[in-house]
Amino acid sequence: MLEIKNLHVQLEEEDKQILKGVDLTVDAGQLHAIMGPNGSGKSTLSYVLSGKDGYEVTKGSATLEGQDVLDLEPEERAAAGLFLAFQYPVEIPGVGNMTFLRTAVNAQRKARGEEEMSAADFLKAIRARAKELKIDADMLKRPVNVGFSGGEKKRNEILQMAMLEPKMCILDETDSGLDVDAMKLVSEGVNALRNEGRSFLVITHYQRLLDHIKPDVVHIMADGRIVKSGGPELALEVENNGYADILAEVA
Amino acid sequence: MALPEQKQSQIDERLSDLTLPEGGVWSSAARADALDRLRAMGLPVRRDEYWRFTDPRGLVSSDAPAAKVLVTDEAPIFEIINALKIVFVDGVFDADQSDDLTLEAVDIQRLSDAASTDIHWAKDIYGVLEARGQSPVQRPLAALNTAFATDGILIHVTGKVSKPINLIYLHQSETSDAILHHCIKLDAGADVTVLENGPAAARFNKVMEVEVADGAAFHHVRTQGRDHERSAATHMFTRLGTESTFKSFTLTVNGVLTRNECVIELTGDDAVAHVAGAAVGDGDFHHDDTVFVTHDAVNCESRQVFKKVLRNGATGVFQGKILVKEGAQKTDGYQISQSLLLDGDSQFLAKPELEIYADDVACSHGSTSGAIDEDALFYLRSRGVPSSEAQDLLTLAFLAEALDEIEDEDIAAVLLERLDGWLSRRRAT
Ligand SMILES: Nc1ncnc2c1ncn2[C@@H]1O[C@H](COP(=O)(O)OP(=O)(O)OP(=O)(O)O)[C@@H](O)[C@H]1O
Ligand SMILES: [Mg+2]
Repeated sequence: MLEIKNLHVQLEEEDKQILKGVDLTVDAGQLHAIMGPNGSGKSTLSYVLSGKDGYEVTKGSATLEGQDVLDLEPEERAAAGLFLAFQYPVEIPGVGNMTFLRTAVNAQRKARGEEEMSAADFLKAIRARAKELKIDADMLKRPVNVGFSGGEKKRNEILQMAMLEPKMCILDETDSGLDVDAMKLVSEGVNALRNEGRSFLVITHYQRLLDHIKPDVVHIMADGRIVKSGGPELALEVENNGYADILAEVA
Repeated sequence: MALPEQKQSQIDERLSDLTLPEGGVWSSAARADALDRLRAMGLPVRRDEYWRFTDPRGLVSSDAPAAKVLVTDEAPIFEIINALKIVFVDGVFDADQSDDLTLEAVDIQRLSDAASTDIHWAKDIYGVLEARGQSPVQRPLAALNTAFATDGILIHVTGKVSKPINLIYLHQSETSDAILHHCIKLDAGADVTVLENGPAAARFNKVMEVEVADGAAFHHVRTQGRDHERSAATHMFTRLGTESTFKSFTLTVNGVLTRNECVIELTGDDAVAHVAGAAVGDGDFHHDDTVFVTHDAVNCESRQVFKKVLRNGATGVFQGKILVKEGAQKTDGYQISQSLLLDGDSQFLAKPELEIYADDVACSHGSTSGAIDEDALFYLRSRGVPSSEAQDLLTLAFLAEALDEIEDEDIAAVLLERLDGWLSRRRAT
């Protein structure tokens, strides 16, 4: 599904290398987790994959189902099936949540040459999914993320993911700031979407989320590289001992 | 006090090719008074503090700067709204294109007819509200209008009017220099909606005086036509009685030079005045909103909400003042002016002012100028919304607070459609 090879990235504005050769392959239907110390480059990787300005790829490649994504505009990547749940979802005053999602769903459909979703079908779909995530009608009407609590913003990200039905979902610390119940809702939301055609890359600091959504592979990122990969037990090791041992071992 | 030499020669020259129109007793007196006011003030020049951000030359010159007539297959904007139509072509009333001027709860007359009578209700409004609005700041172009206007419409509203009155300003001649003066008098408890739209003329000078009696409600929605080269100086003067309401919204799309002044006096307790505007300009576009709100009664509310979208070197100006007089306690005054600069060539100049002589008031004002929010843009694009569409969505979102001031949903929808049109034409270029 997603294949990242020797990816080197630096900031456009200053001569600062952030990703220093990331290699990562996520097969279709798999869920991978990335853990790693603050500032190791996890969000940067997610931004570069989704096409945010300000980063320059100096070496390496990233492909989605064989297609080079780094050359595409952000909206083209989205239409190709890539989705990023932001670590810090953006507030957009004046744009209604519902209008925004409908515009997005139909823009993606149009880009793929599919028929647009009717207003009635859209309404039905969003109501059902919002209910599962305990997002009330009032939140759907409000401007995108404006005045949402931290946890509400994260649930809103999952709602968008559920509506857009992407193939490759990248979740950047979606569990941060969630209370125990919200964590369960979000995990259920993710699990409901898991199937053999869809893959996930879940960035997290905590083992807790991974109790709910079982990862196939856990990667440790440090200083712009994946330094160790393993099974779910790797996350437990981090939870119990921190990163010191792992980093010492690979140094 | 004598005028400075330059202003004296400027006004002498301007007046040399104008003659006071003939009229009956009341109108002749009003015009003569206005001419006296004008002579004493002279015409505005760039050096005047009140014209610091807007060069008035095109508005005061003897000859109107020419303006091409825009040819478009767009339907007239308020066509789908059921309204009484009153049409002016290059500033002259056109009976053939207008509806019959009869409507329940309202009396409508042409200024040119009413002016020839010796006694008329308009005597207490025509030039009267304008004269009140001449201090503390001078508005010479409004006095010039009162003195020399021959056409316009006088509307006396006695009750709740069943449909809007739609003033349509057509522009046909490339050199037309139109002056229109309207007076609107709302009796106690009366309620009317007045629409205005169209480019009007190559150059347009318009005054609208609105007297809103106790408990009456005046609603006003205006769009200023797309003709790129047109220029306009418009003034609204209004005086509000107890528990009355005044709501005015203006959409301006293009036009080389527009100065819209709005002078509001809240003289009765518990009155509400909202004035709002959205202006979108591309290239050779200078748009100036100048607003003066005076609170002279207890527990009144005023809101000024002005938004401008500027690109390709367009200029936006906002001068807004809230004056709270002694004793005007419990005043709730709000003012916001913002611009969205779509490129580095455009500029926004703002002078927000508060002057408060009462101690128990809540007044706030704010003014900002900025570009499209890059993070919001990326967020939308990351969800699959193409860049240009995302920009438009954010532009409309920026205008939303002003558009929200339009009370009538149908009218709001029509305006939104026009804004969409403007945006999509920009996208094509
Ligand atoms: N636009 C930028 N300007 C300056 N520094 C940046 C920028 N983007 C990223 N960095 C730097 O790159 C490094 C990696 O940041 P990134 O946000 O990818 O870390 P992270 O692994 O997601 O951390 P966290 O766990 O705290 O979320 C950090 O040192 C950060 O300060
Ligand atoms: Mg991060």
